[in-house]
Amino acid sequence: MTPFPPEQLANFHRLAPEIILCVFGIVIMVADPFVQAAHKRVLGWLAFIGTPAALAGVRIMANDPGTAYSNLIRADAFSVFVHVIVIGAAALAILGSFQYLDDENIQRGEYYALVLFATAGMGILAGANELVTAFIGLEMSSISTYVLAGFRRRALKSNEASLKYFVLGSFATAFFLYGIAMVYGATGTTRIDVISGKLAQMIVEHGQVASLAILGLALMFVGLGFKVVAAPFQVYAPDVYEGAPTPVTALLASGPKAATFALMLRVFYVSFGSAGNFWFWAIWISAVLTMLVGNFAALVQTNVKRMLAYSSIAHAGYILVAFAAGTDIGITAVLFYLAAYALMKIGAFLVIAHLGQQGEKRLEITDYAGLGTKQPVLAVCFSLFLLSLLGLPATGGFLGKLFAFQAALDSKVVWLVVIAAINSVIGAYYYLRVIVAMYFWEPSKDYVPTKVAPSLTFALAIAAAGTLYLGLLPARVLEMAKAAADSLYLR
Amino acid sequence: MTPLAILCSWQAIRENVKGFFIALLVIETAMIGVFVSLDLLLFFFFWELTLIPMYFLIGIWGHDRRIYAAVKFILYTMFGSILMLVAILWLYNLAGTFDVPDIQAKLQTGLVLLPSHTELLLFGAFFLAFAIKVPLFPLHTWLPDAHTEAPTAGSVILAGVMLKLGTYGMLRFCLPLFPDAAHRMAPYIGVLAIIGIVYGAMVATVQTDLKRLVAYTSVSHLGFVVLGIFAFSTISIQGAIFQMLSHGVSTGALFLGVGMLYDRRHTFEIKEFGGLVNPMPVLMSFFLFIALSSLALPPLNGFIGEFLILIGTFQGHHAWAAWAASGAVLSAIYLLWAYQRVGFGEVTVEKNRTLPDASGRERLILATMAVAIIFMGVASPIFTRRMEVSTNNLLHQMERVQNVSRPATPEPAGKQSVISPGPRKNASVTKISLRHVQP
Repeated sequence: MTPFPPEQLANFHRLAPEIILCVFGIVIMVADPFVQAAHKRVLGWLAFIGTPAALAGVRIMANDPGTAYSNLIRADAFSVFVHVIVIGAAALAILGSFQYLDDENIQRGEYYALVLFATAGMGILAGANELVTAFIGLEMSSISTYVLAGFRRRALKSNEASLKYFVLGSFATAFFLYGIAMVYGATGTTRIDVISGKLAQMIVEHGQVASLAILGLALMFVGLGFKVVAAPFQVYAPDVYEGAPTPVTALLASGPKAATFALMLRVFYVSFGSAGNFWFWAIWISAVLTMLVGNFAALVQTNVKRMLAYSSIAHAGYILVAFAAGTDIGITAVLFYLAAYALMKIGAFLVIAHLGQQGEKRLEITDYAGLGTKQPVLAVCFSLFLLSLLGLPATGGFLGKLFAFQAALDSKVVWLVVIAAINSVIGAYYYLRVIVAMYFWEPSKDYVPTKVAPSLTFALAIAAAGTLYLGLLPARVLEMAKAAADSLYLR
Repeated sequence: MTPLAILCSWQAIRENVKGFFIALLVIETAMIGVFVSLDLLLFFFFWELTLIPMYFLIGIWGHDRRIYAAVKFILYTMFGSILMLVAILWLYNLAGTFDVPDIQAKLQTGLVLLPSHTELLLFGAFFLAFAIKVPLFPLHTWLPDAHTEAPTAGSVILAGVMLKLGTYGMLRFCLPLFPDAAHRMAPYIGVLAIIGIVYGAMVATVQTDLKRLVAYTSVSHLGFVVLGIFAFSTISIQGAIFQMLSHGVSTGALFLGVGMLYDRRHTFEIKEFGGLVNPMPVLMSFFLFIALSSLALPPLNGFIGEFLILIGTFQGHHAWAAWAASGAVLSAIYLLWAYQRVGFGEVTVEKNRTLPDASGRERLILATMAVAIIFMGVASPIFTRRMEVSTNNLLHQMERVQNVSRPATPEPAGKQSVISPGPRKNASVTKISLRHVQP
């Protein structure tokens, strides 16, 4: 008795999370003028309710796997896994924003709407089965985040971040689009799952892959590498991450990275799986550069937010190590790492968002002196996230690294793993430095701790619990990641 | 090892901080975990878990330069362990399991073949982690800092148990898993160990800081242990295990004694002391006794370990033993000289005249240590007999593996019957719980 024919209904099912997110976003935009300035936070709660609703949408999508809208979108376990990460990240970022926006006096409806639109864009990226659709998802998430990065309108740094992100980001997406065009020129299709067949045919007929396709892949790598902050396309990241409002940074560091890695997995593994020997060394070199740049630059930072921005770069490097494996184990490792990484990184940035206080004044490492005695619970939380980023056992970050290394070793990428391992020790220094400041330094006299808002407490509790859960009981999530990896190749 | 750890934590009661005890107990849990883990991943988990509480122990309750020492300690150790993690994963990918006996069986029967190049790399990764922990000569620089800056209980645990994690790891993983590589690298490691012995002793001699001096004795003594292990004879390995235990007791006791002096004067400078025998005869007598055990006076525990190591080493490597023996002489020099400067002579600093002698609690602690020292010295056969089985087993394993892997094509079927898994399992049990199981 439904008003839609079944195939149309299936389309809706398979795009359910994005539809729900966009509906919530539009409702917020429409409602915004009618809500008094003092009650704008209601819109925030509305946006937050939108995320569990979107997760319900993911559930609908998971129950009806397949392709939608003439093969543009693909709903599979892989897409579901990334959706959960992305939507979870958005939920935590929204929770962390309430108090922050009040403090900064920028509590507005469009902020939340933009977060939801960005999330919908990331969802499309994760589920794209066709390159132009992926491009739309990329643009959707990018444009929303350009605006979000500049949301502290009166802060110079925030403006700088937005402009930088916009200019460089436009270049990157243009590269991506150009890459798509070349791949289309070489293979005559933009469908991710069809390209692989065309390439295989090419190898059979000509004994090799057309160089135009490889060039296209390289250009796409530029665009996607920008989004996942892989070196040498990482230059924008520290400035943008530092300048953007901290909850936005939390979202930027986790959501787009997860979604873009998902698309990278689809493009590199599925479409260009037969050209593995072409992209392996690109990934290898990029991974090494990313880790080195991220870690060494982070070493000398005195601003904790900027340091964590560099640490995001370093972590992109670790994920690329797993990526270089080129196997199912590699996909599983990448996915697991993304989940663990999103939790710990958002947690860390949200702690910073709170400690920065009004106007993001307190971001220097010296401002963290003696936090262990002044705000013990918050300090323990932050230490947990830092130790997880560092990769200490019993945390999600450790197992993420473990699986990444194991996947790479399994593919005999030994030296990359050794470099990654050494890098993670370099990383230990700057994470520990913050812990040193928090616990070993004398607290400064003029510091007045502010109360942690209940919404932020809730977000931090989820992030901390998740980090520990992934570190201690990884089996379930790992199973899901494995299922996701399997689904990637199903035709 | 376990009672020793408990003993150490029990002795730290003077520090009345809740977090302190939390940290101590977590360390203890982790260390017991390391010693009982037969699963490589679990082993690594506990291995890393020992770091964090120790880091806080040094960093929060330590002395002046504590932060520097804490960071140095943790970075050094992590560097080694992360490479070990890579090696562990590598082994996992080869053998398909983290279970040590399983991996060992697979290596021995030739189910998993390690090319000698790979074996060397894996051995190197494991060995580096352990050598940093021990610490072996060029990697020892974190130790004096960590020891000097750590609170007394921290030093005691560090010296008493934590350093042994390294030598334990060598015995447990390096030798049985990678015997060929161990044999190939033994000459170099032996030389490093000897340099450690002599260098540690010489540096200890010139220290003006009492606690640093004791820290360098650890470098020297642990050099003996490594030497004993890599001399590959039953006696020397027994000696090494014995030295591990006895060094824990003696050096732990030394740190306790130094800590007691520090509680009174809040300094470790040797020149601040002098003539302490008169104001506090009991404490200083115990101190002398402990120093004597540390410098290996015959009836005491230090002697047994060093003697066994030297005998065992001499069987195969005359020159090594000769050089190492000079370390024993040097240890007499630095300890007695330090004692002379602290204990004998005129009281040079006025404050020292009125220092109180050992309290009842301190007497109890020191007496316990002294009893342990005498017991281990006189009744050493009790210990060595238990070690003999596991040591022999270890050496047998190594020889067998060599026999298997030396010829280019191993014969799994034939060899499998020779190697019964029983004794190997028993060996591990004996070493951990000291429960004697005759194979």
